[in-house]
Amino acid sequence: MTRQMTGAKMVVQALKDQGVDVIFGYPGGAVLPIYDEIFQQNDIQHILVRHEQGAVHAAEGYARSTGKPGVVLVTSGPGATNAVTGIVDALMDSIPLVVLSGQVPTFMIGNDAFQEADTVGITRPCTKHNWLVRDTDKLSDTIHQAFHVATSGRPGPVLVDIPKDVQFATGTYTPKPQANISHYQPRTKGDPEAIAAMVALMETAERPIFYTGGGVINSGPEATRLVRAFVQETGFPITSTLMGLGAYPASGDKWLGMLGMHGLYEANLAMHGCDLMINIGARFDDRITGRVADFSPNSKKIHIDIDPSSINKVIRADVPIIGDVTEILTDALALWKARGSRTNTTAVAAWWKQIAQWQAVKCLSYTPDSAIIKPQYALERLEALTVGMDRYICTEVGQHQMWAAQFLGFEDPNRWMTSGGLGTMGYGMPASVGVQVAHRDALVINVAGEASWLMNMQEMGTAIQYRLPVKQFILNNERLGMVRQWQELLHGERYSHSWSEALPDFVKLAEAFGAKGIRVSDPADLDEAIREMIAYDGPVIFDCLVSKHENCFPMIPSGKPHNEMLLGEADTKGAIGSTGAVLV
Amino acid sequence: MSALNIKQGASGHSAYDLRDPNIQLIEVHTLAVLVDNEAGVLARVIGLFSGRGYNIESLTVAEVDHTGHRSRITIVTSGTPQVIEQIKRQLERMVPVHEVHDLTVEGPAVQRELALLKVVGTGDKRVEALRLADIFRANVVDSTLESFVFEITGTPEKVDAFADLMRPLGLMDVARTGVAALSRGA
Repeated sequence: MTRQMTGAKMVVQALKDQGVDVIFGYPGGAVLPIYDEIFQQNDIQHILVRHEQGAVHAAEGYARSTGKPGVVLVTSGPGATNAVTGIVDALMDSIPLVVLSGQVPTFMIGNDAFQEADTVGITRPCTKHNWLVRDTDKLSDTIHQAFHVATSGRPGPVLVDIPKDVQFATGTYTPKPQANISHYQPRTKGDPEAIAAMVALMETAERPIFYTGGGVINSGPEATRLVRAFVQETGFPITSTLMGLGAYPASGDKWLGMLGMHGLYEANLAMHGCDLMINIGARFDDRITGRVADFSPNSKKIHIDIDPSSINKVIRADVPIIGDVTEILTDALALWKARGSRTNTTAVAAWWKQIAQWQAVKCLSYTPDSAIIKPQYALERLEALTVGMDRYICTEVGQHQMWAAQFLGFEDPNRWMTSGGLGTMGYGMPASVGVQVAHRDALVINVAGEASWLMNMQEMGTAIQYRLPVKQFILNNERLGMVRQWQELLHGERYSHSWSEALPDFVKLAEAFGAKGIRVSDPADLDEAIREMIAYDGPVIFDCLVSKHENCFPMIPSGKPHNEMLLGEADTKGAIGSTGAVLV
Repeated sequence: MSALNIKQGASGHSAYDLRDPNIQLIEVHTLAVLVDNEAGVLARVIGLFSGRGYNIESLTVAEVDHTGHRSRITIVTSGTPQVIEQIKRQLERMVPVHEVHDLTVEGPAVQRELALLKVVGTGDKRVEALRLADIFRANVVDSTLESFVFEITGTPEKVDAFADLMRPLGLMDVARTGVAALSRGA
């Protein structure tokens, strides 16, 4: 069945065919025909953001919390360039997004027309793939292909650039089943020989550890179930990257907590001391490995990844397994059971004893204060007062993000939205909008720092317009806390431009937006204030005044291996040499 | 590296291994990449190399299947074995890329490059240029009383050797196509 229609109508029809129920966007000259079609239908809800970067982060929040691709619609030129940061963010964190951008008419391309930018040129290195559609007959086919590419293999953002004349012209619509989805069919099934090698290594391992990443979340809920079953079956400890939190429940007895630069002592030391590392859907990022030459020196490494280019990129894998986490773990678990579930129990018990010693260090300890709210304390109370609720957490980027990862417990996947790879300040506010759009009745909290939050605070307007009761939990230290921390450790305590001067009054700001503002500075008032925030039926800006010079520990300083962590202030003197200082 | 004042081999204090452990092991590989001949595909491939800091020593591209709109990109690149492997994996995961062949490891391959060389001179030098061209089986494709344009086909090494010989004989200009390569046998 094919039908004749305009390109603009095709866009909306193709989105409906793909099961899209919400898009995030901002109109402009080059997408007016598409907006005209959106106006004339009710199946797809359009969320009007206040800035295109916000649209992309909101779509990322939507995608992460639902497992479905996020869809963005922006106009040409500045609309598209404003979207670029979000697109790169999605690429780094493997989030499926379909970005549709308007373009000047085909006959004006290359003439420096008004609001013209080389959008496919600009976004070529920051998308999985992109297309400039010059022919209306190819438009619907291209959009279907775009969804296929965004969601298959390692997910990521794609962009379809649609000139205005292509939107006006009439062409033939290709329904989804007839669309040419190209030869792009990444391998999902793992090599049986590699899986057998993996199981054999697991049977003899004395100090094994599971190291899971965002790939488990991206693979879907079944992958999470399989990871949990595997941990249960083997009794091995498990740690996770920032991206993978929630795959294994924080309350689980095999959970070591997050690893990496600000990961837990026990997780990092277990990674350093293990004899078998089972990497499931993580990519040996530099925040994880520290000094590569000294990374987990005595272990065999199994690396499961759907992207072959992740294998041996940073760390050489002894057993690489390319494919989808769900399919590989299904096969591996079946084989493990078929061979008699042979954990090396004596050795693994001894390993757990060693781990218990590391856990006893209590690396997340901090000095409590009865007069000033410590950021760690604020998050402990937030956790205590929201645990068990239908809760989604977003974050901005910085110290608060690391503390949130350390102090909040994630029991399920898709509940934790944070910018990991790109580290985009300004991510969390719009992401919380996207999450709340997808989960209207859930408690959506954006744990923020005041500086990050200001970067995309305009999206409060979006939250108000669509009655999205997002809670902006701002740990306000009037500093760029992480920058300040690095300046203290690395740059002779010269705090160059790392304090937030001329901050707005967040309570009045909330009121100006039409939201509720709450300020708290006394630890004694904190619980009541958090309860008030949760109870309020509408968006809240929660201005939590916290201690100004708190540093985030534990920390693996730049240039150090996992076993040289700093646990607190006392460890910091001369911790980072001049060569470590050149690293970020 | 020098700008940051890091000594060679200073990796003992760095999160990244700044030493190149395989510094002696830089290999030159010839890759054949079959791609959809769509707008921007060459920019995509070149952008991958520049964005990730890989070398391109030579690159040729042309559509080789006019009905299927496939182009063949032949890239000569260099790097450590790990980098070469990364280049191949990174190319393979691009959406318009159909096949990536490493002709250097997949068995013997023939490599040919075409070059045009303009040699200006008179008298003995002119005669010598023509004599050497004959030895190298280069063709004269343009001639005036004081110049030749030679066309030579061969491996890059052969073209280099010919160009070196022409230099003292009045070599003015060289245009080279870059390497085209195919595996030997069926």
